[in-house]
Amino acid sequence: MDEKHHAEKANWEKLVDQTLKRFPERSQNFTTSSSIKVKRLYDSEPESNQLGYPGEYPYTRGIQSTMYRSRLWTMRQYAGFGSAKETNKRFRYLLEQGQTGLSIAFDLPTQIGYDSDDAMSEGEVGKVGVAIDTLADMEQLLDGIPLDKVSTSMTINAPASVLLCMYLAVGDKQGVSLSKLTGTIQNDILKEYIARGTYIFPPKPSMRLITNIFEFCHDYVPKFNTISISGYHIREAGSNAVQEVAFTIANGMAYVDAAIESGLEVDDFAPRLAFFFNAHNNFFEEIAKFRAARRIWAKIMKERYHAKSEKSWKLRFHTQTGGSTLTAQQPDNNIVRVTMQALAAVLGGTQSLHTNSRDEALSLPTEESARIALRTQQIIAYESGVADTIDPLAGSYYVESLTLEIEKEVQKYLERIDDIGGAVKAVEEGYMQREIHQNAYQIQKNIENQEEIIVGLNKFQLEEEVEPDLLKVDETLEKEQIASLIKIKHERDENAVQKALATLRDDACQPQVNLMPAILEAVKAYCSVGEICNVFREEFGEYTGV
Amino acid sequence: MGKKIRVLVAKPGLDGHDRGALVISQALRDHGMEVIYTGLRQSPVQIAQAAIQEDVDVIGLSSLSGAHKTLFPKVIEELEKRDAADIPVIGGGVIPSEDIPYLLEKGVKKIFTSGSSTDLLANYIKELIEPGKKQNQPPKKIAHME
Repeated sequence: MDEKHHAEKANWEKLVDQTLKRFPERSQNFTTSSSIKVKRLYDSEPESNQLGYPGEYPYTRGIQSTMYRSRLWTMRQYAGFGSAKETNKRFRYLLEQGQTGLSIAFDLPTQIGYDSDDAMSEGEVGKVGVAIDTLADMEQLLDGIPLDKVSTSMTINAPASVLLCMYLAVGDKQGVSLSKLTGTIQNDILKEYIARGTYIFPPKPSMRLITNIFEFCHDYVPKFNTISISGYHIREAGSNAVQEVAFTIANGMAYVDAAIESGLEVDDFAPRLAFFFNAHNNFFEEIAKFRAARRIWAKIMKERYHAKSEKSWKLRFHTQTGGSTLTAQQPDNNIVRVTMQALAAVLGGTQSLHTNSRDEALSLPTEESARIALRTQQIIAYESGVADTIDPLAGSYYVESLTLEIEKEVQKYLERIDDIGGAVKAVEEGYMQREIHQNAYQIQKNIENQEEIIVGLNKFQLEEEVEPDLLKVDETLEKEQIASLIKIKHERDENAVQKALATLRDDACQPQVNLMPAILEAVKAYCSVGEICNVFREEFGEYTGV
Repeated sequence: MGKKIRVLVAKPGLDGHDRGALVISQALRDHGMEVIYTGLRQSPVQIAQAAIQEDVDVIGLSSLSGAHKTLFPKVIEELEKRDAADIPVIGGGVIPSEDIPYLLEKGVKKIFTSGSSTDLLANYIKELIEPGKKQNQPPKKIAHME
């Protein structure tokens, strides 16, 4: 700072002192969600800032050289409920409304590898997503949707290999070659142990399934993102922004380690790794978080793993606005929250975005709520002008300072996890789970003490809440789904089924064999998700928690 | 000091969202109760058995997956089968208000929906188990978590 600036700043500080006597500040201690201290004013660039240019290492300013000036982010709304037939209708509706990619929500039995007629599935069939038992359901789900034109994201983890194979089989039936199929499977088991809960098998065989997918897709389905390493659920479980990035990147490193250990070359699989983050309420911290995450991953891939392909260095990510920030009280206020969160994701350079619907603290969204959520993205994209230049907040003293601060704090966590012995070990010891829980409890206390204000919840409440119309999932669906499963089991070629399951079991017993070809055969023979997962349960065992 | 109130916090069904269940377990402990948390994916039978085995005073069920209308009444049925219908069952999670009358009719004592305070819940349980006893003020400080 030159002398003139010094004098100006001294002047301002004097003014502040005078003002504070009459108007004390609202808080003694302004902080972000990650307890980063927020200064009164930022008036200089942080030291050692490595911005670079868009599309260039370390990608602080975005992974493409032109960002949204060439192509807007993919608007991808997560949807699915009830039967495959009903969900197919919602998908077609969303595509007609201008959505540019599909995102399939599966029900919990599918996600945990149980058929709809399993005793464990009672009450859960078709509730939080679509019920898929066999390839027949998947055929109906994707009926009339051209898989060579639409990219599809599937939120499936423990049985990701099975649902991916079903998708490939449907593509095959549509006459689309595997090399043309695009999309993403979530396939991130570590965060299931940490935060989301839809695990089936223990870590070791789970990591094998994941690396089998990496290898198979590298050879046959090169445009598919083989994993979406997810901080979203870590944040929803109660972490702060720094923990979200740190634990996600630590998990990412564990997948890279596992794949390298299984004999793959880093540049053969790393370009197909994708990420998935949350967009929460603290606007600038969220923007800084996305920028920091890109920079950290690029450095790790280049310096630690010696990846040579630039594609391996780029952190591509999907964003969803924060479900846990929505209130059941005065649900229309959620539209405003979602707008700001979505804006943060766009200013942070996301590749795709899901905006939550206003009624999600109450139930699954109605068609009208889902449309408003999509329109929110379209208004940001087409009306606000924020997509017309690249990384518009770069150079903001505050945003750059936060970006650097988050990077530093994340590094500290990564060192701690390295000391424990890596993410798999840290998960097994419950380290991340404990960190997240402590933060979740603190948030709850802060809300109850009114240290944190949630509009409509602990301030500005209404005497009487009006509950909006909600989506109802048909209660008879469970019975219908079970009936259709029984019908398919009756009609399929039982010899082919038994043969496919026997091959699957043989392959499962040999750790060096890639399981994908046998799963694909089993799926094509109309083996159910439950039947395939039960073979693995018997051979691999089940994870029962920390 | 009397005997501590014992609470079973349970996650019926396949729902993996346990942030609420964990936060509530911790909060009730800070209110001086003994809390047993079942972990994820418990069947109604397992929950009823655990409640009897652990000799709890109250059961808190948490569900965010929409399966509450099937699973909450099942837990009560399983308690009845074991002559343990006197253990009160309360519930919480993502539960539309229109489902609440049905759940109350099936024997659930009370439903706490999204946004309820943990103090409110703790005081409700104290009043339920030890009616008329003077309720303590909520703690100002939080004990360190396990």
